[in-house]
Amino acid sequence: MSTSLALIASESLPRRRLYWREPSPLPGFRLAFGFTLFYVGLIILLPLAALVSRPWEHGISGFLSSILEPRTLASLRLSFLAAVFAALANVVLGVAVAWVLTRYEFPGRSVFDALVDLPFALPTAVAGIALATLYSQNGWIGSPLQAIGLKVAYTPTGVFVALLAVGLPYVVRSVQPVLEDMEAAIEEAARTLGANALQTSTRIVLPALAPALLSGFAMAFARGAGEYGSVIFIAGNMPGVSEIAPLVIVSKLEQYDYSGAAAVGVAMLLISLAALVGINALQIAFSRRGER
Amino acid sequence: MTLAVNKISKQFGRFPALNSVSLQAREGEFLALLGPSGSGKTTLLRVIAGLDKPDQGSVFMDGVDFLKLSARERRVGLVFQQYALFRHMTVAKNIAFGLDVRPGKSRPSRQAIKARVDELLALTHIQGLGDRYPAQLSGGQRQRVAVARALAFEPRILLLDEPFGALDTKVRKELRSELRRIHDETGVTTILVTHDQEEAMALADRVVLMNRGQIEQLGSPQELDDAPASPFVFEFLGECNRLPCKVSGGVALNNGFAAPIIGGGTSEGEGEALFRPSDTQLDSGPVGDGLPVRVVQVGGRGALRTIECQALSGHRLFAELPEHLAGHFEAGQRARLTARRVVVDIKAKSADPSASHLEAPTREIA
Amino acid sequence: MIGTVARRPIRGPIPIALLLIALGWIGLTIGAPLATVLVEATAKGSDAFFAAFGDPDAQAAIRLTLIVAAIAVPLNAAFGLAAAWSIAKFNFRGKSLLLAIIDLPLSMSPVVSGLVWVLLFGANGWFAPWLEAADIKIVFALPGIVLGTILVTVPLIARELIPLMSAQGADEELAASTLGAGGWTTFRRVTLPNVRWALLHGVLLCNARAMGEFGAVSVLSGHIRGLTETLPLHVEAVYNEYDFVGAFACATLLAGLAVVTLVAKTILERAGASAAKKGSAK
Repeated sequence: MSTSLALIASESLPRRRLYWREPSPLPGFRLAFGFTLFYVGLIILLPLAALVSRPWEHGISGFLSSILEPRTLASLRLSFLAAVFAALANVVLGVAVAWVLTRYEFPGRSVFDALVDLPFALPTAVAGIALATLYSQNGWIGSPLQAIGLKVAYTPTGVFVALLAVGLPYVVRSVQPVLEDMEAAIEEAARTLGANALQTSTRIVLPALAPALLSGFAMAFARGAGEYGSVIFIAGNMPGVSEIAPLVIVSKLEQYDYSGAAAVGVAMLLISLAALVGINALQIAFSRRGER
Repeated sequence: MTLAVNKISKQFGRFPALNSVSLQAREGEFLALLGPSGSGKTTLLRVIAGLDKPDQGSVFMDGVDFLKLSARERRVGLVFQQYALFRHMTVAKNIAFGLDVRPGKSRPSRQAIKARVDELLALTHIQGLGDRYPAQLSGGQRQRVAVARALAFEPRILLLDEPFGALDTKVRKELRSELRRIHDETGVTTILVTHDQEEAMALADRVVLMNRGQIEQLGSPQELDDAPASPFVFEFLGECNRLPCKVSGGVALNNGFAAPIIGGGTSEGEGEALFRPSDTQLDSGPVGDGLPVRVVQVGGRGALRTIECQALSGHRLFAELPEHLAGHFEAGQRARLTARRVVVDIKAKSADPSASHLEAPTREIA
Repeated sequence: MIGTVARRPIRGPIPIALLLIALGWIGLTIGAPLATVLVEATAKGSDAFFAAFGDPDAQAAIRLTLIVAAIAVPLNAAFGLAAAWSIAKFNFRGKSLLLAIIDLPLSMSPVVSGLVWVLLFGANGWFAPWLEAADIKIVFALPGIVLGTILVTVPLIARELIPLMSAQGADEELAASTLGAGGWTTFRRVTLPNVRWALLHGVLLCNARAMGEFGAVSVLSGHIRGLTETLPLHVEAVYNEYDFVGAFACATLLAGLAVVTLVAKTILERAGASAAKKGSAK
């Protein structure tokens, strides 16, 4: 109210030069900002420019024909669908894990808590060969699954399983702080007002978690869609069936089809960014609702 | 050390924070910059400290052009609103910092620094807290550390930005007198920024009352009390009754109400009379001078009672009377109300040019 | 982490079921793969396990991995500090755009992060003629591997520092400068100690990711045994030759790195939490 008044009231004053940076008595901005821009330019922007400008050697039709190849299309579909399903599954399981870690006391809790972060630190190739071994026909998990007729290794399901493992920490770690901060009093208040456990969790806890859930989902999805190392060992990489998009890029590169590889890269980036922007919009909508 | 601020102007975007402000602080003086939020008092402090650059004007400290020096070179002891203590350093390290970072030869020896730290711990009455970390201190203790840190490197001037804002009332009063004691013991020229008139009036040698980027009045607390320069000053310094009035011959008039205007008042016409409940007089007799009112309520306890009255025009007015006089009044009773002295807020057609800035197109930013 | 919620002991069917689901899930996705690595690596006894590290190619891979991390991590740490200093302590236009760009590599496939450098410096790339004339090899050599690793890990340290430094504000730095401290002194004595735990945390994570990077490096390495293979690539190569003990032995080393990182990270978090208790003013 008062600021809008200030704007209206000061309309008649001479316009001041608007700074692109607020003046500050602290030194070092030029040096730090200059280095930041140089680094971002060299490490992120220049390479991205090379990527985005590459696929158009044969015009837009060249780009489209690279993308619309059945093999490429199938790989994109597999990468992104598997990423969506794995991220969804991780939302459900991640909330359960975060809930147990924040609400209950049990022996070994801190060890389990620390273990959740392992996929952040474990090299993907290690996860890849371990999962491939576990889910192979003779593996600890693969053979019992085989017995009930479920084949995981060397199928699209394998891709899903690998992405499940890779995406676990994202949802847990984004939800956990919210659950930690959420006052037990709110839950208790809801119960004293006659809400049962189910009502408490769906009406009180879940809405408060929604923004964190979305960002966890977004991160798990983005990571999963581009995942390479932990997938290629278990997937079997049958073109058109269990071949993921990053692998198509690799094989195009091996055939020196730079613009084709760049086309797939650009497509992956665009799909990911579009999805992230959409999720971000949802998130803003959710947090606005919370403010009112 | 004498500080001379001359015609300082400063705008944030299109918001004028300071509009040609000039003032001087004498050697060893305790000055309070008082005003509502958005009045420019903190900006002025930051300009003096070198954290903000003014658009126009000059700041001289003992003949040294301050605007040519960076904050780092000014040797100004600044106590931040939230104290800005270095959270990873002990109290002693915090206090020593300004001496510790002096370059090469000008840095005192380790013993000298330690002696100075001990001296300041004693001065600010926090001996024994030297090894604590800021988070282990109470709010009041943190403020003492901040003051000690700002004084340790023998600043040319001590600046305090709302130093009592984060403290509860009891601690605040105690630290207020502590601050005055520290000032008197060190003799350092001090400028305090506050929005609390009681604090400013109790502490300062002179008060600079600011409003909308300008100085409304500069004077001793007594001067501000006795001769407020404007209705704003009068109203900012205490509770006020407001009553429409006509002005004639230095007296404010309304239906039997006739009160002398502080300083005589040069303008004639219509306006509003502002007067303090403590300057308000009530007479219980049915006839005589005074505005006819009806007593609505007698409140309060102890030596001073507050009597709420209503004029026929509907205006609510308060009178503060000693207990023995208040005893004559009860709710529903008729009475006549006058004031010992008033300030008049003349409506629009003012002859006083200094009042024109009140209509300047500015608003506070909260 | 310090919780504000009182944790309850497990009682009743629903908590037990939840506990079983959560712990089962952690066991299945994290515990089982770790166990597999250990079991497979030692399947043929300790001699075979240690023989895997006697392989000169394995040793070369370990060396290369260390070199890559030793270049990439300090550069990203310097970047993280510079970016956090300018973003957290100053206000300027386009800040959120800069933040979005810094985050961008997180939503890129590692393979794409490798591909971009091939497009710049590869045989058909933008700078190919110039590089050829100067006889500089970037792709399929150490510089390419380093660049790919840097791109994948560039946001990690910056993302640890920026939120913390923003939350801390610039008041302490301003106070330091009014007390006469110069820019470098302020940074070294005020800013850096205030973020040391977060910085270490970021460096650890960045290091683990740099040493374990696979996708980007795989595109950029050229897979020359003993020369341009990092340890994760060596694991892949040996695994594809059905030398499972060799592959899992090297994988043990990498998994050990991850576990050590986690332990150090947990210790750091505790230290950071107690430092916050001790040190966070206000």
